[in-house]
Amino acid sequence: MNQTDELIDYLLQMGDSAMITGQRLCELCGHAPSIEEELALMNVGLDLVGQARNWLEYAAERLNDGRDADRLAFLRGEHLYRNLLLVEQPNGDYAQTCVRQFLYDAWHFHRLQGLQHSSDKMVAAIANKALKEVTYHLRRSSEWMLRLGDGTDYSHQRMQKALDQLWRFTHELCTVSEREQRQYQAGLCSDPQQQLNAWRETVESVLVRATLNLPPPAHYFYLSGIEGRHTENLGPLLANMQSLARAYPDARW
Amino acid sequence: MSEWSLYEVFVRSKHGLNHKHVGSVHATDARMAIENARELYTRRNEGISLWVVAADQITASNPQDKEMLFEPSQDKVYRHASFYQLPDEVGHM
Repeated sequence: MNQTDELIDYLLQMGDSAMITGQRLCELCGHAPSIEEELALMNVGLDLVGQARNWLEYAAERLNDGRDADRLAFLRGEHLYRNLLLVEQPNGDYAQTCVRQFLYDAWHFHRLQGLQHSSDKMVAAIANKALKEVTYHLRRSSEWMLRLGDGTDYSHQRMQKALDQLWRFTHELCTVSEREQRQYQAGLCSDPQQQLNAWRETVESVLVRATLNLPPPAHYFYLSGIEGRHTENLGPLLANMQSLARAYPDARW
Repeated sequence: MSEWSLYEVFVRSKHGLNHKHVGSVHATDARMAIENARELYTRRNEGISLWVVAADQITASNPQDKEMLFEPSQDKVYRHASFYQLPDEVGHM
């Protein structure tokens, strides 16, 4: 694999994770527990779709095969998506939505901090712009971890259950792959081990304050977002998200 | 949701201007009210500073006292600076 391929995979991982999270959040339109929370969820979701556009546009430019960002998002098959397994998990109850968002926001925040100093100027610029939004996302989702984790006995129990259910998908978030090591050596990102430690620190400190138990480290299992081996949840999400573009290719409004 | 309280939201659009009342939000406490206000009232570049005040902490004038409180000022033109004629030698103030 040459360096351009590696960069494209990296861009797709950033873009796809943001896009899929955004799509999941926008599924809650009309279903959030209050109007204030609904707007907040949509704002975060749309921030992420905007960021996905930046990453995918750059990926399209590097791919240089005639596809644009829209085609990458709406006409790419499931096994070609590079998003984290965590973010494709369904919204579930509100505890699951909150925990998923928090674990992702913490990863996203530290990842972007590492990319701010990328040797690739475009990557650094996109990361720098996204970081302002994501700093807020992380603060917001941390607040919900504290409120619900350290809330009533019932909310605590639901949050712990959600955390235990989703935790196995954090293996991807806290393992440095060979690919990432190579990307680091090529100057594309800062030390991934440092990012991982920072993620763990953030997660641990919020969980402690939220009175939630930190599960033991997640084990590797055969699925991997970056390799395109997804859970059963991504297919239906994409079917929904891509249905219009597939039924009416190149439709304009 | 029924336990959430009402907060009044004030936004300052620029440095040097006043915070202005823009509406209200529901929240469980002031911190959440700030975040909700940010989501509802500053998403189109409306401001650079937010205040939230618990609605039940605001003491309002009674609408029935309107005549007593406000009508007497209607015929006091001399309370406006424009009522006074400036001598020419003062020039522009």
